[in-house]
Amino acid sequence: MSADQRTMLIHPLVVRVCHWLNVLAVLIMITSGWAIYNASPLFGFEIPYGITLGGWLAGALQWHFAGMWLFAINGLAYVLYGLFSGHFRRKLLPISPSAILSDVRDALRGKLAHDDLSVYNTAQRAAYAALIVLLVVMIATGIVIWKPVQFYWMGQWMGDYEGARYLHFFAMAAIAFIVFVHVVMVALVPRTLPTMFTGKIRHG
Amino acid sequence: MDKKFAVQRSSALENLERRLFLKRSLSLGALAMLAGCDITDQEGVQRVLMGMSRWNDAAQQWLFSSTRLAPEFPESRITRPFPFNGYYSEDEVRVIDGSKFKLELAGMIRSRESWTLPELYALPQVSQVTRHICVEGWSAIGKWSGVRFSDFLARIGADTTAKYVGFQCADDYYGSIDMATALHPQTQLSFRYDGELLPPKYGYPMKLRIPTKLGFKNPKHIAAIFVTNQYPGGYWEEQGYNWFSGS
Repeated sequence: MSADQRTMLIHPLVVRVCHWLNVLAVLIMITSGWAIYNASPLFGFEIPYGITLGGWLAGALQWHFAGMWLFAINGLAYVLYGLFSGHFRRKLLPISPSAILSDVRDALRGKLAHDDLSVYNTAQRAAYAALIVLLVVMIATGIVIWKPVQFYWMGQWMGDYEGARYLHFFAMAAIAFIVFVHVVMVALVPRTLPTMFTGKIRHG
Repeated sequence: MDKKFAVQRSSALENLERRLFLKRSLSLGALAMLAGCDITDQEGVQRVLMGMSRWNDAAQQWLFSSTRLAPEFPESRITRPFPFNGYYSEDEVRVIDGSKFKLELAGMIRSRESWTLPELYALPQVSQVTRHICVEGWSAIGKWSGVRFSDFLARIGADTTAKYVGFQCADDYYGSIDMATALHPQTQLSFRYDGELLPPKYGYPMKLRIPTKLGFKNPKHIAAIFVTNQYPGGYWEEQGYNWFSGS
């Protein structure tokens, strides 16, 4: 048996490229978004200046409105690929609430197994699916905040301009939480990290 | 006679443009001095970001509809008190003597005679209750009354095929908008706020109310209006805000 036959492709090239471009885009969007938030905070706190991007409001807005194109175009490419290649169906389904709960329970006890990297457990599937939905929410609410007149009809689904601002913030918080858990999980199972570059695992 | 008038007016426009150019150079200098270790200030990054901002101008111009209206609200929704905002604090608001005031016109306009306030008040007036959205994110609803700007541009014989309408303000603020927005039915040269004569803090003697643009694109204390094909920029745009800034 050659080495080639003993390795298995678990992350297709499209998925890897989209993943890392999205890492860059989300980092830009969240850190510049924090600086924009600070210009007119929705709640009684501000984001520490040191972890924001852009220096001040104008710089942050420039980053945000440049990064949004990378974020949206890359996201669109990924979602179209996921839907039409069957990637989403194969990797993210099924998701049952009871299976999520038992996975989360196992994970918290440190017992969640992730031996076969080619298969996501239900907690992973739920988290990744939620992340995709949240990124779509981010784009929809972002469009309404950016263009509340031209996309007034879309705003009617989310409490108009002011409602969209809050939703945009909450979706950001949820994304930041999922990303945090995701990075912790990668740290706990470090052999998953190289696969996101090479796409391959050794078989058996 | 006519020719002499035109010469006078065009030198007024040149003065305006010289002032704008000077301001631009000053802010560019200030920007250069800010260069630190912040990634946004690095020259290459700055160029890309500015390029993307120009691209976003084009994208917004394409998204903008001349017929789509900003939502209007019942008067019960008016935000009280309506927030003051400007590039200076409220105690520095300029007080302008309306009895001596004349609105100057320049550039690609057929009738460039200046206008007194009573002359402007005599034009047909309209009202709107619309939402002002600040670039910072907050929003507030207010009521403005004045002359529909497209009517005014028609009356003075502005060349509406020109690209830009620019504003020079009595508080040294300046700005410019695209012609499509200038002609939008809700763009209004406002003389009154909430039924009262526009108070100094909201831009006496007049502001341009544009409910399809962010707040800083609504100049207050307008002293001169000009029509041009040369990009006139704006006070905040020179400091990095996106020029089109449409809603």
